[in-house]
Amino acid sequence: MINMDKFGFFIQETRTIDFDQFDGRLLKYVLDHEPSFHACLSCGGCTATCSAGNLIEFNVRKMNLLIRRGETEGLENEINKCMLCGKCILVCPRGINIRNVIMLIKKGILIFGTEKKLRPDLTYNYYA
Amino acid sequence: MHNEYFILPFKIGVAYLAIIVALRFIKWTMGLSKIDKIRIWKSILTNKSLISIREAFFEGLLHRKIFRINPVLGYMHMSLAFGWFLLIVVGHIETIVHTRSILFPFHMPIFFRYFVTDKSDVYISGVFSFTMDLLLLFVLSGVGLAYLKRLRSRFFGMRKTTNLKSGDKIALISLWLIFPLRFLAESFSAGICNNGNFLTQPAGNFFSSFLPLDNLTYPVWWAYSLSLGFFFIALPNSRYMHIPAEIFFIFLRNFGIRLKKRCNTYSLVQVYSCSRCGICLDTCQLNHADIKTTQSVYVLKSIRNKNLTDETLFNCLLCGRCQQVCPVGIELNDLRITQRIESTLQYNSSYDYLKKGEIQKADVIYFAGCMTHLTPAIIKSMKGIFTYAGINYWFMDEDKAPCCGRPLMQAGQFDAAQKLILNNQQLITLSGAKQLVVSCPICYKVFKEDYVLHDVEVKHHSEYLLELVEKNIIKSVKIPESIIYHDPCELGRGSGIYEQPRELLRKYVDIISIKDEKENSYCCGGSLANIKIQMQERDKIRNKALNEYMKYRPDFLVTSCPLCKKTFSKGSNILVYDIAEIVAKSIKTGKERVKTLKHAQEALYQTELI
Repeated sequence: MINMDKFGFFIQETRTIDFDQFDGRLLKYVLDHEPSFHACLSCGGCTATCSAGNLIEFNVRKMNLLIRRGETEGLENEINKCMLCGKCILVCPRGINIRNVIMLIKKGILIFGTEKKLRPDLTYNYYA
Repeated sequence: MHNEYFILPFKIGVAYLAIIVALRFIKWTMGLSKIDKIRIWKSILTNKSLISIREAFFEGLLHRKIFRINPVLGYMHMSLAFGWFLLIVVGHIETIVHTRSILFPFHMPIFFRYFVTDKSDVYISGVFSFTMDLLLLFVLSGVGLAYLKRLRSRFFGMRKTTNLKSGDKIALISLWLIFPLRFLAESFSAGICNNGNFLTQPAGNFFSSFLPLDNLTYPVWWAYSLSLGFFFIALPNSRYMHIPAEIFFIFLRNFGIRLKKRCNTYSLVQVYSCSRCGICLDTCQLNHADIKTTQSVYVLKSIRNKNLTDETLFNCLLCGRCQQVCPVGIELNDLRITQRIESTLQYNSSYDYLKKGEIQKADVIYFAGCMTHLTPAIIKSMKGIFTYAGINYWFMDEDKAPCCGRPLMQAGQFDAAQKLILNNQQLITLSGAKQLVVSCPICYKVFKEDYVLHDVEVKHHSEYLLELVEKNIIKSVKIPESIIYHDPCELGRGSGIYEQPRELLRKYVDIISIKDEKENSYCCGGSLANIKIQMQERDKIRNKALNEYMKYRPDFLVTSCPLCKKTFSKGSNILVYDIAEIVAKSIKTGKERVKTLKHAQEALYQTELI
């Protein structure tokens, strides 16, 4: 009997994103308050210049992808690595106010909680 | 003779006002920290109180600072405040002289012309009534200007004037009515009893020619008293609360009380001291980008009304131009930062990932800063200068280093900033350096103010280079070009360094002196303190500042901030240099070189640093 695990095959956790379960509130909150975030083309310039990314694995571009997929789990720990130094806004070719996006995500997580600790008790007022 | 019920509104108003103001003062004092209370206790009987009284007189009554900024506006405020003050003082003296006692009902001086109807045979009464009429005219001229200001603020050289809420409107209208009504009341009385002088008597005679003054005088005195009463009752909940609050603020400030990182009642005193004069509106550069609701006066108003939003709070460049012109001297920047700290308390970062970096022993530490890493020309120049001058330096953030913490501080993330500060502080202290040279004014400010570096001298590179040139370690060569020096906000208004860069630059180039420089210099628009502003809006602010500079036709712009350089060079064809580049360039072109350092120079050419 061949042990398939040792052979290099193993069962991966599902990577499916169920859009019925999609928690887009955080994304909507950020986009509503910082419309320039719509313009992101995921070029990764921000990540390349990032001061925090130079010290530790921190990927602003990945944050963008995660939040757009509604994968807010783990976002809190990641987003807290940002030092708000502002290099990203100077290199962004679309002129996105990335620092505001970061601050909004931080605040958004506080308001809505993340995937694991959803807080349905809070109805979101967009202009609060 | 009518009864005297008409003085009741005035009396009620004064009593209400006195109680409310006293309660607020007590509440504010109680809310201060224990040390601050001791400070008050220890200074109250020293000459600090005298200094405060003097300042309250010059600023609260004469409004010297407003005069300096805008003479017409200054006259308006002075005629109202100082004129009214004199009316009260002279009124009291007049009453004392008339009654020959100091025990008279306290409403007597206010309604003197109603009670004293005979043209007294005392010689001095003519002098008094003349003075009182003159003062009334003085105040009325101020009221007239106030009307005009509401109608056409441009007349005052002000583009804007503040918007009002309902409490303010009641107070404003009653204030506007007080003196015209006083004029009418005194004129009517004069028309009947001939107790007026050069202003009220002719007016009284004129009115008596077509009005039934006998029936009208009493109602007009009632109206006068009512307007006073309304004003005093509306005052605590309107912007006119600034009158008592400002005096209180002047005292606290002179007693050595300062803003803390968190809000306390001292910040509240400053909020209440804002008279909403609107001077900060005109000076704000956000106007150039059509952002018109986030200026300091509106933030203070929102703090008072408890409806401050993030959009208002964070949309500010923290350039400090408003603080510079504020006639009350409110610390608008720090006040805004404390509000930001309060509003983001619940989401801060820990930066647990920070590891103790490599430490190098050196005499001088060079910290370029994040922004400088985006302007490699500055780093290259500084490296070149260090090598040329033969200095044993450690480039702290050449490869890896955390941010200085200032951008977090500006964003209100105080706890997070503290983590970075502790980390960097340790690195700097352990390196045993005596000097810390910083290329970025944003870093410079936080190193100066929030780091605890006992033996390490923090220097901005413009200061440091000046020192090198003065010690003759690097020689300067003057080139026949004229430039404009742009003061970075954090270095100029933020840290008070205006002269050192200019002194250094004068050794290399000619500086064109311009209207808006030093304390009044522009912000480049790139400031990291503004979290909310859009890139397009930043561009508008930058272009406006650039246009002002271009009017003087400089050969190029020089600044000492990487962010200013980066922002400006994006916007125009004019060359923008950092002060370090000018110095480094001169080393390259200079004919007179220090001979002993020749080997250093060759090394430079080999490594292509210059």
